[in-house]
Amino acid sequence: MASVSPAPPSSPVRAPAERTLITPEGVDLRLKLGTAGQRAGAFLIDFSLLVVILIIFSILVVAAGLGTMGAGAVDGIEVVAVIWLLGFFLLRNFYFIAFEIGRRSATLGKRAVGLRVVARDGGRLTADAVIARNLMREIEIFLPISFLAGGEGVDGLIALIGLLWAGLFLFFPLFNKDRLRAGDIIAGTWVVHAPRRKLEIDLGGDSADAATPYRFTDAQLDAYGEYELQTLENVLRAGNAETQSNVANTIRGKIGWEWQEGEEDYAFLSAYYAALGKRLERRMLFGNRRRDKFDTGEERSEE
Amino acid sequence: MERVSEQAIFNSTTFRAEREEDWTRLEELLKRAEGGSVRKLSDADLLELPVLYRSALSSLSVARETSLDMALIAYLEGLCTRAYFFVYGVRTSFGQRAASFFTHDWPVAVRGLWRETIAATVLMIVGTLAAYMLVSSDPSWFNAIVPSGLAAERGPEATTEALRSTLYHEGESNGLGVFATYLFTHNSQVSIFAFALGFAFGVPTALLMVYNGAILGAFTAIFVERGLGFELGGWLLIHGSTELFAIVLAGAAGLHIGMRIVFPGMESRLNAARKAGRKAATAMIGVIVMLMFAGLLEGFGRQLITDDWTRYAIAAAMFTLWCAYFYVPRVDDGER
Repeated sequence: MASVSPAPPSSPVRAPAERTLITPEGVDLRLKLGTAGQRAGAFLIDFSLLVVILIIFSILVVAAGLGTMGAGAVDGIEVVAVIWLLGFFLLRNFYFIAFEIGRRSATLGKRAVGLRVVARDGGRLTADAVIARNLMREIEIFLPISFLAGGEGVDGLIALIGLLWAGLFLFFPLFNKDRLRAGDIIAGTWVVHAPRRKLEIDLGGDSADAATPYRFTDAQLDAYGEYELQTLENVLRAGNAETQSNVANTIRGKIGWEWQEGEEDYAFLSAYYAALGKRLERRMLFGNRRRDKFDTGEERSEE
Repeated sequence: MERVSEQAIFNSTTFRAEREEDWTRLEELLKRAEGGSVRKLSDADLLELPVLYRSALSSLSVARETSLDMALIAYLEGLCTRAYFFVYGVRTSFGQRAASFFTHDWPVAVRGLWRETIAATVLMIVGTLAAYMLVSSDPSWFNAIVPSGLAAERGPEATTEALRSTLYHEGESNGLGVFATYLFTHNSQVSIFAFALGFAFGVPTALLMVYNGAILGAFTAIFVERGLGFELGGWLLIHGSTELFAIVLAGAAGLHIGMRIVFPGMESRLNAARKAGRKAATAMIGVIVMLMFAGLLEGFGRQLITDDWTRYAIAAAMFTLWCAYFYVPRVDDGER
């Protein structure tokens, strides 16, 4: 069905962390790999959650145990102990698996950071892949932890080796271009950043039709290209008044715009954004793109 | 010129106004579908979803070629990715998957590991024999091989009577459930460990197999020396035929991964590792199921059944059962 090629074939400007996934409909989804920071953040959230759940679970179980103790029933304590052992086992081994087998293919921590696990071949993520990638955590994380916690008969040297071992697996994703963990390698998966995004307001829309006092000449609009347009978009969406004022002054200087009494930076910027966007998109429709302000369209013939 | 193109037509604002409703609808459907079960969606919703997904994909293609609004493109990419994984994602229910696991996937995975299973068995037997000979010739080896926690009162210093009693009255009968659970979780953890260590080219897994055998051999040597060999066999094998089998399979799973990483054959190393990992993972879930049985047999069966012959009979029955389940060819094998 879907096909994936590791090296992006066509698009000239492409982030190194972007991977091609072509759907059966023939559209490239351009998946973005999760960064090491996102992966680490997601894991820390999950790990803290595990610890908290374990503590709450233990308190509940012990409370239940004390309850039966009063009744003097030996069976009650036994049941409680069985429940705790099984609960601990399931939590340790199946927390990650249960969440990643689900529809969103992500643990709670991954959801919070906007990551999801995806099969590298673009096919569906099968249960055996999820199990394989998560059982590897046993040597990646839990083994070193038990070393560091100083289990029985562990001396300094072994603890140090455990630490090196942990480091090896911890930094494994940094040593390959796809940021694969040992578990990802044997499961054939990778982790992509695909957060749920809200549809942002249309910056070009609201100010375009209102007969605004802002009228820009073609020469004024030709001062910038697509790169500047997108930078301006980020400035407008970020909503930092100080940055906006700086940017507005720079643009006014560049295009020779006279500042008038009562002119607001945001209004000016969004009007300029709308006008510039409209012009560049129209050029784009005619196959005439302008990458940035240095792009005069002259070296285009050489490509 | 300026006036005409002002009304003319197409830019990201008009494009967006036209299609926004569909995107919102798709997003809402996805949210419901991902949040709970698919059953929350009506039939009409389910039919609508792929249509909306394809229209969102086409929006994405158009937006990439015509729009300079980065937030819009990022939104559409995110939406299409989510929808893609929903539309082309897993279709089967948990029940169906479990059924297919027990009837097909598990035995096939185990059969696929037959070479490594033999290797793991041989490694374990080598460990057993070596430890047996060492301890037979010099009992002080026992303490070097068996960790003191495991040996308890079964060391070489123990009297024959004490050793015999450990075989028949171990612990108290009212702690059986806890004991069985402890054994199950502990053994599962060890076997997962054997699997995961396969990543280090299988070497630690092989060592773990030898060591497991060595512990077995050391115990056997002590008991055989006191003329309790037959009794020990019953004590060990009632659960051991299942447990040792499971641990051998876990070792085989680890060895398989290690072997395929070192010798990927005609495939790329990553591809070989992926295939090996998935096959081994399927086998591992089976190993955990086996260990659950072994825990029950060890915790309950061994404590409640003290007759040697019955113990041997159960051991043989379990072993035959597992072998038949894994290795007897099925009718549907050729078809899949």
